[in-house]
Order: sequence, then structure tokens, then C-alpha cells
Amino acid sequence: MAVIEVDRLVKRYGDKIAVDGASLRVEAGEIVALLGPNGAGKSTMVNVMTGFLDRNGGEVHVLGEDPAHADRDWRDRVGVVMQDISVVGELTVRESLTHFATFYRAPRDVAELITAVGLDDKAGVRASRLSGGQRRRLDVAMGLIGRPELVFLDEPTTGFDPEVRRQFWQLIETIRDDGASVLLTTHYLEEAEALADRAVVLSGGKVVAEGPPSSLGGRDVEPSVVHWTEHGEARSVSTDTPTSTIVELARRFGGEVPDLVVARPSLEDVYLRLIGAEHVAHGGVE
Amino acid sequence: MVEIRIYLRNPAAVGFTLAFPLMMLVLFASVFHGKVKGTDIDYSQVFVAGIIGSSIMSVSFVGLATGIVVDRDAGVLRRLATTPVPRSAYFIGKMISSLALAFLGTVVCMIAGAVLFGLDLPTSPGRWITFVWVLVLGVGAATAMAVVVGGRITSPKSAPAVVNLPFVALQFVSGVFVPPDQLPKGLYQAAGIFPLRWIGQGMRSVFLPDAFQQVEPTGSWQHPMVALVLAGWIVFGLVAARLTFRWFDRH
Repeated sequence: MAVIEVDRLVKRYGDKIAVDGASLRVEAGEIVALLGPNGAGKSTMVNVMTGFLDRNGGEVHVLGEDPAHADRDWRDRVGVVMQDISVVGELTVRESLTHFATFYRAPRDVAELITAVGLDDKAGVRASRLSGGQRRRLDVAMGLIGRPELVFLDEPTTGFDPEVRRQFWQLIETIRDDGASVLLTTHYLEEAEALADRAVVLSGGKVVAEGPPSSLGGRDVEPSVVHWTEHGEARSVSTDTPTSTIVELARRFGGEVPDLVVARPSLEDVYLRLIGAEHVAHGGVE
Repeated sequence: MVEIRIYLRNPAAVGFTLAFPLMMLVLFASVFHGKVKGTDIDYSQVFVAGIIGSSIMSVSFVGLATGIVVDRDAGVLRRLATTPVPRSAYFIGKMISSLALAFLGTVVCMIAGAVLFGLDLPTSPGRWITFVWVLVLGVGAATAMAVVVGGRITSPKSAPAVVNLPFVALQFVSGVFVPPDQLPKGLYQAAGIFPLRWIGQGMRSVFLPDAFQQVEPTGSWQHPMVALVLAGWIVFGLVAARLTFRWFDRH
């Protein structure tokens, strides 16, 4: 069963087209990552799917309903974490969550959730006095408090340090183990690789590739590159059979091959190729 | 209750909406003296009664309209919109917290008026009943005005200016800073479109002797009219909120 079905979505701002016929499908229990450079249309899609933006064309069904006409039951089942959605600065972490928990039929336990997002020692601190990363974790907790069946996470780990990011990944795994589905937009490719069952790459408002991160864009069938050093010089060869290349090299060197590396194309290599060279020329991936 | 806690943790808002009427009360009642023409009533009492009414407006209109704009700008309205809570709950919450804070504001002004300027607190139950219904309807009407105005302002930077301008102007033309008998009749009547004139008139009927009625342009406290206009504003506010209130930009 699909929890999200988007068919040829079109969204314009004035005469600028933000989403140009993108389609997307998320099955129940799946974690799907929406990747793409700034301005690719990720946030616009999330805003349409959460009922915050009207669309100009296409069909959108989220939990079987059109989010443009979302009712209260639907809101009870959907969690939203977005960049421009905030909390009241005067309330503490615990107060905010306790208050919002009363809005839902079957909310999560406030204390457990505070622990899960790593805010135990900040539970009594007002939101306005949290650091950027702590505030973001509170935003995530606010999106999860209602025990949603489907969670939208729009760049949830921006501003997290690596350790907290890993904790957050565990939290998302826990949510999925509870049976929830997750649509995640992110700039971090390692995040998509660690979490997502499937990644969808958006560029210029169009879907340019989709699949499991391990095989995205034919990554799994591309040749490997074997690197080594010979006569003080860096050498490399692209090959579909890296093992026999190494055996041959080992024979040639009579043992250890200096600086031997076998590289599969990284998700980043594939991603950069997919979104096109112009983004690379303009300062790389964001 | 959460709303009240939020408010009390914002010293700037508390200072401005509660302390401002108090300051005006002290200033006006100290500066202007003398008896109201044809009566034994001191002008300072007229100001105190008027400013008690005005303090309702300060909390429920200025405080609330600015609060709505800040809530929208900070993404709090969007956050609420992601939850299953009905939209009306936001307004009901604001109205209840306004009522509690306006009560606090009027009590503070009342105590200051009684201690500093010898305001006679009413002894008859009938007058206290009037106080309660003028307070409740006044908060409702001022909240309605806040929703209409605050619902349209998009930038928190412009909010204080857009909100305070009408409030200060209304205080002058509604008989708060200038007693009604000294205002041009047409101006005072025009002020009757807005709630403040009627809140002020209602509060004067609570705190001033009945002899003051002859100073009111119509010669009476006009209680039915006070109730009617304030209730009308509540209805207008509900309709306007439904039609024009901007939770977020959908386009």
C-alpha cells in the first residue's frame, strides 16, 4: 500500500516553475530520501504534500487523501518537521511537548521523546535559549509527538554535529520499526545512504533518478577503479573485474601492492553526475 | 493557561500592555484637575474610569494583534496548522488568556486609581455586574479587532506601528484622554464605530456617580447600546477571521 502517491505534480511561482511534472511514490514502512540541490523543488514538493501549498497540476494523495483538503483526522496521522515551522520561544522543551501532546489522540511519551532526541539536560530550558542544533532537535520531537504514521522531515539534521546526527538516524530507525513511513529531504548524501530504502533525485523540478542508494544511477553496475603507486607515480585503472586486476598486480609486485585502493563509485559521484555539471561549477553540492 | 504563561515570560509585552495604561493613568489624572462642569465629579476620576476601559483594549488589542503577527512570523501558526487542533482553538485560547490578563490589567488600574486618586470603588452588586459584562464583551470586541488587524499584518517589524497608531488615536477620540463633553460631537459619534468608546462609557457607568450621565452626549449610560456594539464587534471579528485571517501563504 502506498502512503504517498504524487503523479506529475506541477507547481509554479509566478512564471517560474518550481516542480515540473515530478512523480513520487512511498510505500508503507519505507524511508525515502528526496535529494537535490537548492532550488530543485524539494521543499515545494513537501509543502504541497503537507497541505501548505496549492498546486497547479497533477494528482497528490497522501494517506489516501488529497492534502489540499486535509482534515483533522489526517493531521493526527501526519508529522511535519520543516525549516520554517517553529515553537514558542517562551516555553521550555518539556512544556512545548506536553502542550502539543494534548492535541493528538495517541501521543508519544514526552519524557521518552526528549531522551530520544538527546535533550534530557535541556528539558527545562526555554526554546529561545537553545542552540540552533538543539532547537532543531526540539522541532523534530514536535513533529513526532503525535505518533504519526507518516513523517515529513525537511532537512532535519542541518546544523547537527556528526554524533548527534548518528543519534538522530537511530531515532528514525526506531520510528520505522514502529511502522511509520518517512519522507526525508536532505543535503547529506551519507544520510540518505544510511537511512533511505530508496532515494529520489530531483533537479530543476524533475525527477532525474530513483532507486536504492546502493544502485542509484547504475552505481552498482559501474566499473570499479583500482588505484596503486608504481615507480613513485599514482596509477589507476577502471575495471569490471577488480579482483583479477589485483591478483595480476600482486604477481607483478611479488606481494604487497603499494597504496592499493579499490573504489566503487560513491553516491556523491553518481549524484553530482545526475544533477548535472552546472551545479558543480557553481560551488558544488549543498 | 499556556498562553498566559507565554505572555508573562515576555517582559517587554507585559511592560508595554500592562504598564502603559498605568503610566497614562498616573500622568493624566495628576495633570488635569477640577470638577466636571455641572457636577461634583473630579476630572481625575473620569480619566481613571476611562483608562480602566482603555487597559482592556491595551491587553486584548495591542498585545494580541502584535502576538498574532509574531506567531505567524516565527512559524508558530504553521506549527499549529500541522496538528489536528481546530483553528478556532487558537482564537479561543487567545480570547481566554486576554480575558484573564485584561482582568489583571483593570484590577491594577483600579487599585492605582483608588489609592492614588481616591476613586470610589462601587459598592452595589449591580455595578459589579456591569463591570463583569463590560469586561467580557470589551475583551471579546478588542480581541475581534486584534484578529482583523493582526490577521493582515505580515511583518513583525511594522506591527507595533500599525497597531499602536489606531489605539492612540482611538483613546483620544473615544473619550479616554479627553472627556466626552469636551470632544467635538461628530468626532465622538464617529468613534462609536469602534469598541473603545463603548468600553470607556461602560466603565464610567461602573465607577462614576450617576450624575455624570448628563455629561455623556446622550444623557445616559446607554447600556443596551454598549452591549450591542461590543457584541456586534465580536460577530464581525468571527466572520472576518474566517474570511480574511492569513495563517500562511498558500501560493
